[in-house]
Amino acid sequence: MSAQFMQYLLTGITVGAIYALVALGFSIIFNASDVINFAQGEFVMIGGMATMSLIAAGLPYGLAIPLAVAAAALVGLALEKFAVEPARGASVVTLIIITIGASIFLRGLATLVWDKNLHAVRPFTGDAPIAIAGATILPQSLWVIGVTLAIVLALSWFFGRTLLGKAMLATSHNRLAAQLVGINVRMVLFMSFGLSAALGAVAGILIAPITTTSYDVGVMLGLKGFAAAILGGLGSGLGAVVGGIVLGVAETMSAGYVSSAYKDAIAFVIMLAVLFFLPSGLFGKRGGDRV
Amino acid sequence: MSMMQVEALGKKFGGLNAVEDLSFEIPAGSVYSIIGPNGAGKTTLLNLLTGVYRPSSGRIRFDGQDLSGRAPHEFARHGIARTFQNLQVFFNMSALENVMVGRYLQERCGLASALLRFPRLARAERACREEAAELMRYVGLQDWLTAASDAMPYGALKRLEIARALATKPKLMLLDEPAAGLNPTEALALDDLIGRLAGRGVTVVLVEHNMKLVMGVSDQILVLDYGRKLAEGSAQAVRNDPKVIEAYLGSEIAHGAAYGEDIARAVAVAAEMHR
Amino acid sequence: MLARLASPRTGGLLALAVVIALLPLALSNKYFYDVAILVGLNAIVCIGLNLLIGYAGQISLGHAGFFGLGAYGSAVLASRYGWPPLAALLATTGAVAMLAYVVGRPILRLRGHYLAMATLGLGIIIFMIISTEDKFTGGPDGISVVPFSVAGFALQGERVWYWVVGALLLVAVWLGLNLIESPTGRALRALHSSEVGAEVVGINAAEHKLMVFVVSAVFASVAGSLAAHYSGFVTPSKVTFLHSIELVTMVVFGGLASTFGAVVGAVVLTTLPQLLAAFEDYEMMVFGAVMIGTMIFLPRGVVPSLARLLRPRRAGGAAGKDSLA
Repeated sequence: MSAQFMQYLLTGITVGAIYALVALGFSIIFNASDVINFAQGEFVMIGGMATMSLIAAGLPYGLAIPLAVAAAALVGLALEKFAVEPARGASVVTLIIITIGASIFLRGLATLVWDKNLHAVRPFTGDAPIAIAGATILPQSLWVIGVTLAIVLALSWFFGRTLLGKAMLATSHNRLAAQLVGINVRMVLFMSFGLSAALGAVAGILIAPITTTSYDVGVMLGLKGFAAAILGGLGSGLGAVVGGIVLGVAETMSAGYVSSAYKDAIAFVIMLAVLFFLPSGLFGKRGGDRV
Repeated sequence: MSMMQVEALGKKFGGLNAVEDLSFEIPAGSVYSIIGPNGAGKTTLLNLLTGVYRPSSGRIRFDGQDLSGRAPHEFARHGIARTFQNLQVFFNMSALENVMVGRYLQERCGLASALLRFPRLARAERACREEAAELMRYVGLQDWLTAASDAMPYGALKRLEIARALATKPKLMLLDEPAAGLNPTEALALDDLIGRLAGRGVTVVLVEHNMKLVMGVSDQILVLDYGRKLAEGSAQAVRNDPKVIEAYLGSEIAHGAAYGEDIARAVAVAAEMHR
Repeated sequence: MLARLASPRTGGLLALAVVIALLPLALSNKYFYDVAILVGLNAIVCIGLNLLIGYAGQISLGHAGFFGLGAYGSAVLASRYGWPPLAALLATTGAVAMLAYVVGRPILRLRGHYLAMATLGLGIIIFMIISTEDKFTGGPDGISVVPFSVAGFALQGERVWYWVVGALLLVAVWLGLNLIESPTGRALRALHSSEVGAEVVGINAAEHKLMVFVVSAVFASVAGSLAAHYSGFVTPSKVTFLHSIELVTMVVFGGLASTFGAVVGAVVLTTLPQLLAAFEDYEMMVFGAVMIGTMIFLPRGVVPSLARLLRPRRAGGAAGKDSLA
């Protein structure tokens, strides 16, 4: 394997891990409520920006990260309470506009709380590149991949073994049945937003030291996270992870070997291709509806 | 002369054979009923016969044309109309407009003519409105001519769907459980309407649970069970077919267990009384 | 005759014509004319988009893409290649219609969120191509555009353009109303309510959705071409996802399935940011809050909600509803 290929692969997996986390956030909310949360990217932004401020204020990472994640989770809960819940049962178009409105609102809020500049954040454990198979990888990238892996494992434990997790899973399979067995579906929805926001925030915190952060960093990350979720299959956790990694690698490879000018377009070309030829994605539910 | 020929029709959903190896013919101008216990595949069959589902196997021939696998609007174009068990009324329009939509195939206008509102169009619109009103009167909805569709009761909506289906000037009309949810008076009116439709030369296919209606109005009956043909024939023949009785009431009754014969006799008598 | 004047359709058109004719009395400087023209152009796009979203029940989060293609098509052909502006506009419109036709077929097989995402992706790809191919398009800085001239007569200046856009807006409203009140329009509304119900009366759903998609793309493209000639330059800033969202919000805010609603939506949401320019820092927050608030409290949009308030409620089942304005 050439060194260049390895480089692209490692970069792709790093970026793909971030997409995977964002896509997981979408899938969790989509499963609980059939809502596509266009504000997901803003949680990523809040995670990164909040951490940046807290670090700048002198807090250590150990404190800054949990606080930033908690802040994002609170925003997620507020979003559900004040924007999504009042519109229960509304049409797809309405819900889309609400979450997009929320994302615009949050971005506006971010310019007030912070500003419109790019901010650097120092890496968790230093920035001396590590050599692997002829390529180099930043220690932060290892953090990204490692933490993402840990989160994916934690989530599978959560959904498979804890009561709340299983309740959320049940709700995603069949809301009515879940209600009938006594699951508080509204609480599930509420918690889904909190959980997704936390996931997004973690993604933002992980990537900020590599790419710098700003008030609008969530836009592209959010959109590419969608693309990953669609590639993997909307609503599928495994799909979100696989979709994210595949998208990240595909993006880096095409940028490296084909055209770097269109790097950002790859995600959307892939998304369109998936929607045209396999709309349910790699792991999504297949088949038509019964009339 | 048969209006529709179905040959070895089958429909699978994943591993489930909703309809399997079904063959029958619908004579022109007749009232043909499809009955069977719940889950027998009646609605699936109806969806197949109107293009809403694509067959997994087999053929559907209508008036000399092979329509298998075509889209629903093509079935409509060939003269097949239907109503729905779970109403598909256009609730964003008035009752009259619902019926006017039924006239779409006769009203079709090009994009340019629609955008530029050629005078011919205004005249055609008025004619369309009048015809739609006439159809509403025909099915007994004369009190609802200016009503909004979402203001109408269930029974009226069922008749509205029939009016809309009639507006397509069909050769064959498929009614999916038109009597469901109707009280006995309304069911009688429906009985009368079906008779009048047949009188107009429209072939009527009825999917129904209401045995009184079916036995009273049908020329031919097809009995389905588990997606397969169980029996076919006149009302008389089907009513007395032990396989049919077994499917509906259980094998003990069909094959004359102690109380079974009494029940079978009672059913037969009741059917006679309600003719 | 008087009765016809009183119909929502003719009355509305007349009212709009009167407003357009009298508005210049209130416009005291170039800036206001500018805003009015912008409103008019947005309204034209919104009328087409409303046909797609409100009547046919589809959605597009990428219509700024068609607007941008119209703008850049006219700009490149007229300025770079020296085509007569009218020919450039017609050629561009034709090309965009063809693109919408080709891309529309596979896209409109999708529903709901998937359709939304596909149109989103399309819009973004168009934006990226425009931003990247700077040899043609001037990239992020854009290119300048020659004035629109027909037979030697050049359209210059905001007053002239005001009347041009005003007239075209009236034409667009007229076309939109015609389409809606035709059998085709009824077919679209039927499709929106129950696709299978429409199909079984002979309406080819796929064909109709495609037709509306192409019509709405054409409206957007023409508006884009005009915008390019009016401003004298084009940049990718009008081709963004955000602009697509603004357009959808205008349509939904004004009122789905209401042509005049689309116009109202364009008026309110184009002028709103201008009013908020004073509070520049809060502009995004207010815009976002307006979007959320409207969807929660006025989900049918402004015009239909107002119409409901003004229409007297009648008892029993005889409430009549004729055409939709």
